[in-house]
Amino acid sequence: MVTEPTTNGNTTGKGQSAPDKMVRFDKVVKRFGDLVVLRELDFEVAPAEHVTLIGPSGSGKTTILRLLMTLEKINDGYIWVDGEPLWHMDQGGKLVPANEKYLRRMRPKMGMVFQQFNLFPNMKVLRNVTEAPIYSLGMSKDEAVQRGREILELVGLSDKVDSYPSQLSGGQQQRVAIARALAMNPKILLLDEVTSALDPELVAEVLNVLRDIAHTTEITILCVTHEMQFAKDISHRVMMFDHGQIVEYGPPEKIFSDPEHDRTKSFLRAVLEAR
Amino acid sequence: MIWDWNFALNEALPQMLGAFLKVTLLATILGSVVAMVLGLILALLRRSRIQLISRPTGWFIEFVRSTPLLVQLLFLFLVLPRVGITLPAFTIGIIGLGVHYATYTSEVYRAGIDGVPKGQWEAATALSLPPRRKWQDVILPQAIRNVLPALGNYVISMFKETPYLLAITVLDMVAIAKNIGSLNFKYLETFTIAGLIFLAASYPAAVLMRKLEIRLGH
Repeated sequence: MVTEPTTNGNTTGKGQSAPDKMVRFDKVVKRFGDLVVLRELDFEVAPAEHVTLIGPSGSGKTTILRLLMTLEKINDGYIWVDGEPLWHMDQGGKLVPANEKYLRRMRPKMGMVFQQFNLFPNMKVLRNVTEAPIYSLGMSKDEAVQRGREILELVGLSDKVDSYPSQLSGGQQQRVAIARALAMNPKILLLDEVTSALDPELVAEVLNVLRDIAHTTEITILCVTHEMQFAKDISHRVMMFDHGQIVEYGPPEKIFSDPEHDRTKSFLRAVLEAR
Repeated sequence: MIWDWNFALNEALPQMLGAFLKVTLLATILGSVVAMVLGLILALLRRSRIQLISRPTGWFIEFVRSTPLLVQLLFLFLVLPRVGITLPAFTIGIIGLGVHYATYTSEVYRAGIDGVPKGQWEAATALSLPPRRKWQDVILPQAIRNVLPALGNYVISMFKETPYLLAITVLDMVAIAKNIGSLNFKYLETFTIAGLIFLAASYPAAVLMRKLEIRLGH
């Protein structure tokens, strides 16, 4: 499962799709004003692969997830998802910037779980989970409700379908958010520091649910986390970022116990000491 | 000057209450409906990404907000018939009140929409919700809930400005007070009653709004 690309995580030619890859970044540039967050970033993720992105804050990890979820606009380069360009569309053999309609078609390939849950507070738990399948995917209401109940059972919340998010603990809310993302049946799950806003005693219930999903489904996962044990448990590959570039990558056993780069060593030392 | 109970209770009060219900209250209710619906439409148009829509909407809102209600009412009443639109004075009053207050409520809606946390917009995008669903199911319910007290306060203000309708020949309760006051030369009774009726209606409304504010956690 673990891919070992040749140079800098890139094996395919520029501006081309890679049919056997689920995600492919090709010279991706992201700037916020004068600040360059990602500089010509290249990497690939295979289908069903679980990749954890680590690195200091401001290194661009979260930006990668947000570019994939189309919450931030790309400045240069190409992103390929499931063999199709994400931010560009094919127009007479030429790739032109994607319009909103195209983006809406691409987004359901991805599901995102946010640090702050971002559940819809005005909807009950079940509706939070069924809203998008019904109105984005056009699923029938009955089917969406049935699937919603199944997925909520999967995350251990079948007794909370009629509660409002505000009546749940942080850990329960985050599990609803995971269910909401999964209900769209995405090919890629994007996890953005999903335990950072939780009280320490609520972290485990969320990570256990995610471990289950990682081990029992074929979903591709890109995960930004500071939970190194969790990263070790679920990842096939860990990528260390600094200043918008990949410092080093490899299987978690290697990165966590025998990192090669000094930047990785000092980062891991700092993270482990802080715990 | 002596307070005439008989006149106050048997003549002034029934006539004035009638005018209150038929004109003041009805104009407030209908004007509020216009202000709430049109205000939301204005707020959404002003947010439009198409400048040809958002700019003129912004100008319209600023223009109406910076001119007096009385001038607007007279303008509608005297100019509309000249361009071939003849409407009953009461209808013109509703339009005038409604449009005037819509420019205020549009700002309230705008603040409410801006106050919906960024994460809610992002979640709606991430779930690929179509624009209509994003607004109808996610953004507006939260935005409106947050600004309900502010909207309610504009209803109360509008209620207190309905006497301006007198300028366009709509006889509201205050106009009736003036009329029967001058007929009987008993202004003390009629205007005291007018004040009390306004107080009796708007004070409970204000208390209700404050309770709502507390319940919504403002």
